[in-house]
Amino acid sequence: MFHKEKSIQIKNSASALYNNLSVLRIAPRRLTYFTVVHANVVNMVSASWDGLNYSHRQLQSKEPNVATSTSLIMQAAFCVLPSRELLVVTSQKGIQMYESDGSIMVYWHALDTPETPTAQAVFARGIAAVSENYVCVGVSSGAILVFDVPSKGSNITLSEVLEEHKESITDIAAECSGSQVLLAVANLVTVDDGGSLCVWKSGEEFQLLNKIAGLDISCSSVKLWKGTVVAGYGSGQIRIYEAVTGILQSEINAHARWIYSLDIAPFSGLLLSAAEDSFVRVWHLSVTPETNSVEVAHLHNECVTDTQICGAKFCDGDGYAFAVTGYDLSEIIRYTQT
Amino acid sequence: MSSRTLPLLFINLGGEMLYILDQRLRAQNIPADKAKKDSTIAGWIEEDRRRVMNDIITTMFNKKFLEELFKPQELYSKKALRTVFDRLAHASIMRLNQASMDKLYDLMTMAFKYQVLLCPRPKDILLVSFNHMDAIKDFVKDTPSILSQVDETYQQLIEMYTPLSNGEFQLIRQTLLIFFQDMHIRVSIFLKDKVQNSNGRFGLPTSGPVPHGTQVPGLIRIFSCTGEEKTRLQFNNGGNYTSAIREGSFEIFGDRVTKLGTNMYSVSRPVETHMSGTSKSSAQHTKVNTAPNPLAKEELNMLARLMGGLEVQKAGSSDTAFRVNLFATDEEEEEALITRPDELSYGIINIQATKDQQVSAELTKIMGEFTDSGHQSPSSSSKGDDLLAMMDDL
Repeated sequence: MFHKEKSIQIKNSASALYNNLSVLRIAPRRLTYFTVVHANVVNMVSASWDGLNYSHRQLQSKEPNVATSTSLIMQAAFCVLPSRELLVVTSQKGIQMYESDGSIMVYWHALDTPETPTAQAVFARGIAAVSENYVCVGVSSGAILVFDVPSKGSNITLSEVLEEHKESITDIAAECSGSQVLLAVANLVTVDDGGSLCVWKSGEEFQLLNKIAGLDISCSSVKLWKGTVVAGYGSGQIRIYEAVTGILQSEINAHARWIYSLDIAPFSGLLLSAAEDSFVRVWHLSVTPETNSVEVAHLHNECVTDTQICGAKFCDGDGYAFAVTGYDLSEIIRYTQT
Repeated sequence: MSSRTLPLLFINLGGEMLYILDQRLRAQNIPADKAKKDSTIAGWIEEDRRRVMNDIITTMFNKKFLEELFKPQELYSKKALRTVFDRLAHASIMRLNQASMDKLYDLMTMAFKYQVLLCPRPKDILLVSFNHMDAIKDFVKDTPSILSQVDETYQQLIEMYTPLSNGEFQLIRQTLLIFFQDMHIRVSIFLKDKVQNSNGRFGLPTSGPVPHGTQVPGLIRIFSCTGEEKTRLQFNNGGNYTSAIREGSFEIFGDRVTKLGTNMYSVSRPVETHMSGTSKSSAQHTKVNTAPNPLAKEELNMLARLMGGLEVQKAGSSDTAFRVNLFATDEEEEEALITRPDELSYGIINIQATKDQQVSAELTKIMGEFTDSGHQSPSSSSKGDDLLAMMDDL
């Protein structure tokens, strides 16, 4: 169903972090950007669609007024808003937002880091763009920071802090089906280290629609599509919930190790899951919101030999191609449909 | 990232170091009377071996040092941690020069990297730590004073780590993996056992038991809105998995179940590292090697001589038998040091046993931890010096 393509070499190997790959497709310029985190550096590659041109850029986790920093980066992700695209980088010190090509940093938000380290680690993790103008970022305390992003410029402000989670945020996802009907209901899901899921509706004041208690199994990756939450867990399970009601619709014993990344191709319903067990699996998800029913079919396996996978993303909305990163690997492996 | 990583890193690396040193010392176990007759033979009598092990373990579990170690803090840099282990290795009458210390450190770190990677669940890193602790306890079982230090450390580990959630353990594991990132030194015992490939990467099997708390992949269940199972589908998981086995014990005593963190060395299994070029093809050694490799025996003699031998020398003199050479000639050793790839260099200046004036306050503080008197002054002598002085008086 899929075959391996030529890999893209990156300057450093990928670190073992959840959701450690972000992809941005720039159709007008026939380019795709990829970002992979290595310790305190974000490796960015811009790949032309004809496969002939690759250009690289590295972003450090730096505070704007400090020369050096050993702050480790937890995640880098592209945020696509109607008016602009940003690259958001979260670290132990704070949150940096860049123009999507990584050329200019437009915003810096510092986290409250204590003078002497505390037993509880401090960092930001979990990034999503939601609705017209919000970027949400999670924090190790369980808080969700909501930033209001203007259509251009650097006048980004912290609009709200959502305090519902008690454990470190692991991932955040916005409704990606594009359906205006669904976006008007629930359009954000946040998950944490204890496996708790919160479903929200964005706005000037975000509204908590539902909270699904965790079973003490960390949820490392989550997606929201057609009103359906797809969550990947440390136990290797994928669980599918109806967002608004919290009803469990499906449970998949998907992987033999901790899941590190999930992705959905919104136009086709293809689902991608990747874990420490070296496997990337492709599934097909179909959701009928009217009847609250869900269908899941397993389509394909790829085994990346001897690699603990840390990032897997579709490169386009149909799921025609996907890319994978692994711990200690200095390449982005690509697969396309045959 | 996680501020609780350093104790686990230190204890596990220390454990691996003890396994390697113990193997070397045992390999050179020469009958006492023979050793006394010929003092130039770099052999160890049982007593000396135990003494070295006890000295190192006592230093490793020094109360003040552990207190500092268990405080919440970021991981030390590779350089700083290497210095700690240099000092630890020199806490006895044993002496290692930089090239040999490099080798020892490479083995230690690759072994622990392997264990962290292969842990089925992040929480299993604690079981690996207990395996190391269990072995250390066994090394000092006849010395009650050190035994009580070790027992106390068990308590501290249990207190600090058993309440942590799986997510927090995963953060610890991710922090450790960043520390070990890009290390691919080939270790012959790993190559022979086929757990490491010739490119230095570890093999991750897609077969065997799934971790405790995980189901064998292959089942899709669909539920109705009332919670009843509507459909059940199977899929091919592409591997060969079996159900989880029982969980190991997280108490002071107990069956840890996992073999990760147990002693994989034995006298007849030589350990070498390869820095560059092609390694000896492991395909040529398909049969299990039970007979000692004669070349390795030669290496062991060197390494044993490295550890100080029976000759007592004043530390600091560089051209006596005390300066140990792991390689066949001085030139080879020089070359090994020079040609060591930059990315593998630990950037440590050659550590003499006495009076190191280190460059950073951090290092000074760490080294100060190893003195008996509790003084924190940089010029305080190392434990090795005390022992050396003792031996001079004998």
